[in-house]
Amino acid sequence: MNKRVETFEITETFKTLPNKRGYFGEYGGKYVPETLMAALQELEAAYQQAKEDADFQQELNYYFKNYIGRPSLLYFARNLTEKLGGAKIYLKREDLNHTGAHKINNAVGQALLARKMGKKRIIAETGAGQHGVAAATVAALFNLSCAIYMGEVDIKRQALNVFRMKLLGAEVIPVNSGSRTLKDAINEAIRDWVSHVEDTYYMMGSVVGPHPYPMMVRDFQSIIGEEAKEQILSQEGRLPDYLLACVGGGSNSLGLFYPFLEEKKVKIFGVEAAGRGLHTTEHAAALSAGSIGILHGAKSFLLQDEDGQIREAYSVSAGLDYPGVGPEHAYLKETGRVTYVSATDEEALEAFQLLSRTEGIIPALESAHAVAHLFTLIPKTKKEELVMVCLSGRGDKDTEVAIEKLEGK
Amino acid sequence: MRIGNTLDHLKEQKEKGLIIYITAGDPSLEATEELVVALAEARADVVELGIPFSDPLADGVTIQQATQRALKNKVNIPKILTSIKRIRERTSVPLALMGYYNPMYHYGLESLVGDSKKAGVDGFIVPDLPFEEAEVFGEITARAGLELISFLAPTSTRERIAAITQKARGFIYCVSVTGVTGIREEFSPKVGESLKIIRNYTNLPLAIGFGISTPAQAREAAKYADAVIVGSAVVHLIEEAEGDLAKMIPEVSRFVRSLKEAITE
Repeated sequence: MNKRVETFEITETFKTLPNKRGYFGEYGGKYVPETLMAALQELEAAYQQAKEDADFQQELNYYFKNYIGRPSLLYFARNLTEKLGGAKIYLKREDLNHTGAHKINNAVGQALLARKMGKKRIIAETGAGQHGVAAATVAALFNLSCAIYMGEVDIKRQALNVFRMKLLGAEVIPVNSGSRTLKDAINEAIRDWVSHVEDTYYMMGSVVGPHPYPMMVRDFQSIIGEEAKEQILSQEGRLPDYLLACVGGGSNSLGLFYPFLEEKKVKIFGVEAAGRGLHTTEHAAALSAGSIGILHGAKSFLLQDEDGQIREAYSVSAGLDYPGVGPEHAYLKETGRVTYVSATDEEALEAFQLLSRTEGIIPALESAHAVAHLFTLIPKTKKEELVMVCLSGRGDKDTEVAIEKLEGK
Repeated sequence: MRIGNTLDHLKEQKEKGLIIYITAGDPSLEATEELVVALAEARADVVELGIPFSDPLADGVTIQQATQRALKNKVNIPKILTSIKRIRERTSVPLALMGYYNPMYHYGLESLVGDSKKAGVDGFIVPDLPFEEAEVFGEITARAGLELISFLAPTSTRERIAAITQKARGFIYCVSVTGVTGIREEFSPKVGESLKIIRNYTNLPLAIGFGISTPAQAREAAKYADAVIVGSAVVHLIEEAEGDLAKMIPEVSRFVRSLKEAITE
């Protein structure tokens, strides 16, 4: 394990990152064509203004409460706790949000920003379809035209979400270049943005991409951790000992972690998708098994071959099936503040079933990766300790994949 | 500084420059070697050799597909440099390596510049390395006497134009449209306005690229610019030849010659 975890000392003020150039340590930046640079500067200025604008924040809170249904519950999973026999397990129920996942927090925030900037058209990429649904939803709500780029492979395995997006009035554009999954959907969305930069707002769905996206998406998702902190203090009178969340691009995890980063005693774990195992090439664990590089506008960890070509990621969960990861996670790994671990397809499917049977909660396969790390963590914990898991989404969308994997066994 | 010198010299002669892009290793590195020699003979003034990348987000379909074909052949930087060494035995045409930042970064920037210089490369063009991120690579290339070409786009603000032109070397790659590379029906005359503004800031040669695919479009672009860049249209001809060099080389040569004639009064 990472030695630095034991000796970790907060020498950095995490709250001040990224710096003006969009860097978290050496990670981040704006590696995009010149055509987009002015648009990124415009976005950054609009976001900084919105952040300090009381009316904007009030409007954001209004939609968080009245449209998404926030705050989401912090639920004590009594049965799961008894079953695993260690620390008390709390679930942060982002699955109960409108549209069924944490993605809507960021989508509402960015849609309000797009509207403030006078943009009439939004584009977005999607992997599992959760961000696509969230983007299509806010486009319907705020009367914006909406195009969603989605890889052909993902369109096949997430048919329900494709239908939802269309029903919401969005155009779903199939992407058949490259690996035909999330990374190619992002390439295609960026090509669209370069071509229509004057009137189009690119709604990035995770803490990836060029500055200011990693910062902005983190800020909009931080509501998860802010609420969780308040809720655990009121329910238990103290902070949790452990935080767990799954990491694909890394937005639900950063949303939960961010308000806790300077709470030295809270141990934080990000769980990546190990697919068929880290010893194979079929996984999506950029931090655990990748190396430093530049993808989609940012320097971070990624999966690449010996020539610096981006490798295809693999996971049973479409939302984690991405060869990169947000630059702030790369920095949190390097400083030792967060420990990154992984869970295989098999472990995630086991957790998927366990949570369904013990608590009557069907988690998204993405979130099931976070739950799966409980199998490793809980035996090392004491009964009086507290673990908080981000349940980033609900599992309805995954039933077809789960049937194939579980019934086919 | 062979790229800048060549274009400067043409400018003094009141002649317009022609810059041709092809993807290295499409359809094979042997073909690439023959093509570069043929391009030089057909009076291309500078040749850009594309390093294939799995995620070419500034490119349209034509170059994306060329990239895929090259990657299928397992073309990489070391193999491209070996080809360039062989090309250098046959022609002294200025050569720029054009590619996305990740394969270059992964190779190691110092080694890349050292090895490229040894092989006979004159400069680099990196579409996803804007001014703000280019400081390190800019210094390494400058130290080696190689050129790192800067981009300007229709969306570049006056502040950016001022900052970018100040550090630019060789020539300035002026993107004609807000969009990706590719063949377009229309050539936007708006670019003339942009170039007038840019000329207030620099004496470097200005080259227009993106969407120039016919001799007529090249002639139009050359009215405003010192050089024109043609990529997708040439790549398309290479694709059409389906690997048949006996067909490919004369057709590409004829097309490039017609471009040069169109921009030469």
